Amino acid sequence: MTTELLTDLTIFVLAVLVGFEVISKVPATLHTPLMSGANAIHGVVLIGAMVITATVSAPYAYVLGAVAMAFAAMNVVGGYVVTDRMLHMFRRRPAVPAARAAHHDEEVAAR
Amino acid sequence: MSTFTTNIQLVYVLAAACFVIGLHLMNSPGTARRGNQVSTAGMAIAIIATLVILIHEGSVTGVGWTVLIVGSLLGSAAGLYSARTVQMTAMPQLVSMFNAVGGGAAALVAVYEYIHDESLPGGVLGTTSVFTVLDVIIGSVTFTGSLIAAGKLQGVITGSPIVFKGGRALNVALAVIALGTGAYMFTTASLPALLILVLASLAFGVMMVLPIGGADMPVVISLLNAFTGTAVAMAGFVVGNWALIIAGALVGASGGILTKLMADAMNRSLANIIIGGFGTGDTAVAA
Repeated sequence: MTTELLTDLTIFVLAVLVGFEVISKVPATLHTPLMSGANAIHGVVLIGAMVITATVSAPYAYVLGAVAMAFAAMNVVGGYVVTDRMLHMFRRRPAVPAARAAHHDEEVAAR
Repeated sequence: MSTFTTNIQLVYVLAAACFVIGLHLMNSPGTARRGNQVSTAGMAIAIIATLVILIHEGSVTGVGWTVLIVGSLLGSAAGLYSARTVQMTAMPQLVSMFNAVGGGAAALVAVYEYIHDESLPGGVLGTTSVFTVLDVIIGSVTFTGSLIAAGKLQGVITGSPIVFKGGRALNVALAVIALGTGAYMFTTASLPALLILVLASLAFGVMMVLPIGGADMPVVISLLNAFTGTAVAMAGFVVGNWALIIAGALVGASGGILTKLMADAMNRSLANIIIGGFGTGDTAVAA
């Protein structure tokens, strides 16, 4: 086993353990945005697509590289935008009852 | 390690830290949006660092740059358009689509590397081929599996479990073919074997998701999301890039935990969902 492979494996195992720990008690309403957020992160495969596309030198490789780039870019851009949209809609919701409650308090205070 | 390479690796570490912190912030409603922004920043950093490497090396041909730019522009445009215009109710299937293309990209990276190395005099390296094979299998399974999941949610394919006679046997056969071909490829570099591996894995992805009912689909998408993470980590081994290994392993593990949380929230066991068709509350068709 080469040193390089050993280093890669070490990083892999530690990253897996971090992945297990980083998710704690998540409220059910956040499940879908969190899934979508994680989905966007694995769009990092774009880097892999860039690395291979940089070495293309034959027609088959142009096709594979272009498709890989398009797929990965779609994953990254779409993933982050859709997650942001979900969370945007998510944050408004608690604000409405809070505003209503404040309004109610004011009314009570006025009386 | 040259100063340049060291600096790039440090930038990758920064990007990886952004992913971990971002994912952690997404655990609670108040910080979730900021978490996604931190994660986006990490992605931007990682992509820019990689661009810097490519420019620094200066070995990318004009055609290479064209392929790179055209591919990324097309993908970004498709992603941006669909993410902006999708109805709120159709978001799960869109996430599944993005997951499918992510898995597809991971599989393509391995396929390209395999064909590329196979033509070299040294052939395919022994240890790397393990990761190449795993990447092809997991990536291909996620690609078709997520497409089927998206199709089910969209209503293109019926949402109820599709179970037919011999379905299970076919699943087992496909798995055996994929694993057997993969094992063969560890010792012998062979393009036909690669083709069989890809086809068997693609078919397995379809067969895995078809028997699962519509109500369980979000859990399955989460599971496939974890699969893609793992495939991306394998792609990291194949191209030798830490950013891919860290981000992929992170998503693979956290996606697995999230899948379990989602299944628990629905009072369903994960094994029950994967075996599918039973007790989903949907009309389960007997085999």
